Amino acid sequence: MHERNLILSRRDLEFLLHDWLRVEELTALPRFAEHSRETFDAVLELAADLATERFAPHNKRNDAEEPRFEEGRVVLHDEVAPALRAAAEAGLLSATMDESAGGLQLPHVVGTAVQAWFHAANVGTWAYAMLTVANANLLLAHAAPELVERYVPDMLAGRVHGTMCLSEPQAGSSLADITTRAEPRSDGTHVLTGTKMWISGGDHELGENIVHLVLAKVPGGPPGVKGISLFLVPKVLPDGTRNPVVLTGINHKMGWRGTVNTVLSFEGATGWLVGAEGRGLAAMFHMMNEARVGVGAGAAALAYTGYLKSLDYAKSRPQGRPAGAKNPSTPMVPIIEHADVRRMLLAQKAYAEGALALVLYCGMLVDTGERELLEVLTPIAKSWPSQWGLEANALAIQVHGGYGYTREYDVEQHYRDNRLNPIHEGTHGIQGADLLGRKVRTPGFEQLCARIADTAARAGSKELQQALDRLVEVTEILHAHPDAEERLANASVYLEAAGHIVVAWLWVDQALATGDRQDALARGKRAAAQYFLRFELPKVGPQLELLATLDRTTLDTEPTWL
Amino acid sequence: MNIVVLVKQVPDTYSERKLSSGDHTLDRDATDAVLDEIDERAVESALQLKEANDGSEVTVVAMGPDRATDAIRKALSMGADKAVHLSDEAIHGTDAIGTAKALVKVLGTLEGTDLVLAGNEASDGRTGAVPAMVAELLGLPSLTHARELTVDGGTVTVRRETDDGVTVLTAELPAVVSVNEKINEPRYPSFKGIMAAKKKPVTTLTLADAGIEPSDVGLSAAWSTVTESNPKPPKSGGEKVEDEGDGGSKIAAFLVGQKLI
Repeated sequence: MHERNLILSRRDLEFLLHDWLRVEELTALPRFAEHSRETFDAVLELAADLATERFAPHNKRNDAEEPRFEEGRVVLHDEVAPALRAAAEAGLLSATMDESAGGLQLPHVVGTAVQAWFHAANVGTWAYAMLTVANANLLLAHAAPELVERYVPDMLAGRVHGTMCLSEPQAGSSLADITTRAEPRSDGTHVLTGTKMWISGGDHELGENIVHLVLAKVPGGPPGVKGISLFLVPKVLPDGTRNPVVLTGINHKMGWRGTVNTVLSFEGATGWLVGAEGRGLAAMFHMMNEARVGVGAGAAALAYTGYLKSLDYAKSRPQGRPAGAKNPSTPMVPIIEHADVRRMLLAQKAYAEGALALVLYCGMLVDTGERELLEVLTPIAKSWPSQWGLEANALAIQVHGGYGYTREYDVEQHYRDNRLNPIHEGTHGIQGADLLGRKVRTPGFEQLCARIADTAARAGSKELQQALDRLVEVTEILHAHPDAEERLANASVYLEAAGHIVVAWLWVDQALATGDRQDALARGKRAAAQYFLRFELPKVGPQLELLATLDRTTLDTEPTWL
Repeated sequence: MNIVVLVKQVPDTYSERKLSSGDHTLDRDATDAVLDEIDERAVESALQLKEANDGSEVTVVAMGPDRATDAIRKALSMGADKAVHLSDEAIHGTDAIGTAKALVKVLGTLEGTDLVLAGNEASDGRTGAVPAMVAELLGLPSLTHARELTVDGGTVTVRRETDDGVTVLTAELPAVVSVNEKINEPRYPSFKGIMAAKKKPVTTLTLADAGIEPSDVGLSAAWSTVTESNPKPPKSGGEKVEDEGDGGSKIAAFLVGQKLI
């Protein structure tokens, strides 16, 4: 059967959500009692329609016509605002939120699938909605009721947008070193002064106002992260006057060009404290975990659409003849007939569908409340799709040959857009340190190992069980090592090995869910699972051996030698 | 105002459509099924009239197998108030005349209908005849191919657009109006609309419930019969013409041979 477009596969989403994760069972939980398979499917259809008809058509235009900096303001082309308005009018922004906040309590796992449609169709435009939703979620969790009432309903209706202002020119991953100041005023507000860097959606005229959530230090507070507080700083103040938040520049990026990225100068701007003083980073990180899984979902979605486009190309591009064919007058075959092209397609399928399975699984854990397992999977769900989704996009270009390197085709843009994902919301290095330094020491790690072992036993998969056993052994070796520097030196390698074992587990689990079905989708799932076990999982062995020896190569290399 | 919209679930035009090998009727299992796009426009017209006329109600009527409920839910999630679904195995293979007869019986179960709306032609059967047949059987004015539609008091006015030109038609209500693809852009359902649709009433009727004679419907009652069908042939490799200075003449000869020029 044909797919309606090359954005995502409706059939695979149906398989992942219903046949594999059995999301309908969530409706037994009181939070989701009003839902049914019918509502899940209707919501996904709506997302697919909106993504196809309102977002995908201007994806290339976003890339070609970057936002412009004109007379101190940002100018976007004219298709961005109507698309965002349509998404907001459909109630998309509040779908997973509580009913009390105007939401529909859609399960996160379904919400993740909904978002994947927009990520894949047009991440540049969708990012404005993502930022606004993340901002509103943070306000709902931590802000005083009057601030929530003043801003959140308008944000969810698409009239007001949001940003996250964390980084500064001198402080990115190291947020303890920010210098933006927030001086208290007698009326309870604060005056903010400082410069913020990499602020997506920092200025535009898509709505009536922009709510900036800004990390800043109150003078006299403790040093380091404990001195960081969170402030709500609107572009337009409640009395209608302009708050002195000045757009000082636009960053020109490799991808995500539709999303304006700005440098903002807070020049005595009025802000309201969100949450307790000194708890700014904690509040921000409460949302950061969901944001990190969201990055993984975006990377998976871009990998997926690149896969579908290169698959379509490989089926229609005639080139060359089968290896054994000697007669040059025989017709050329579509390139999908060549084993090496199929290898590249299988690899993309394994990365894209594996990554999507991982982020949907994480969405399910939010819904079932399995926080400990979610915590340990979060750095993997952020990093693995970012790393291998990008590799999938590289292969999508490769399948297209020279055409893939031109802007006439979509895949080079997907690659450039996806290149952001290993960087933002915590780089690979940060995720590796988080996984090895903190997360594998939590009960969630044991729960994860038990789940993997259960699947390996049900499938009779010795290779998965052996990889898991070695991961556990190496983790124990690393834990027992007293020198923190040596223990964490190769954390990124650990992240990559653990990620591959987790995705191998999810592939074996998906293959199990196909049962004895013989249709093309089921056989494709089993072929991709086999590909992952034969071609990918064996890469883990040498990585774990390197870790087990506490290799010092990186530590012993003097900076001056490089 | 009580507005009834006739809707149909059809195979998605993006999917490969097939006839079943047995009786040459549509192989519904081989395709994705959707609410026909032209019917979405009819629903949109009904909703716009409802919004302009307080106290109006929009009822959706569909005829088709059980899974046609998906198309009905879509119309309800857009904002229609309730639905009637004629679902009976005996309707399989019904032609345009049988469909019109059956729909008229279903419409008879609804009281006080002021306006019946429909798409002017379904994207699968493409007979384009059912709305006019329904009007004829009901003895009501038939206004087809509407590009614009207004209701003022008890009068309906449409701007009828066909290949032959534009005509302005007026009739007293009740009446049957079919709309064309230019009449509007249908709204998207909203998430809230999807949740609300779950709770809206859908009455399912069998032939007996609607008082339809089994002899009026089904494949055996159809006035036309499909005796044979074949899938379209795959694309052939084409014909190569070597240009030895006479390429233009050869191409012209080819086109003449194909009766294309």
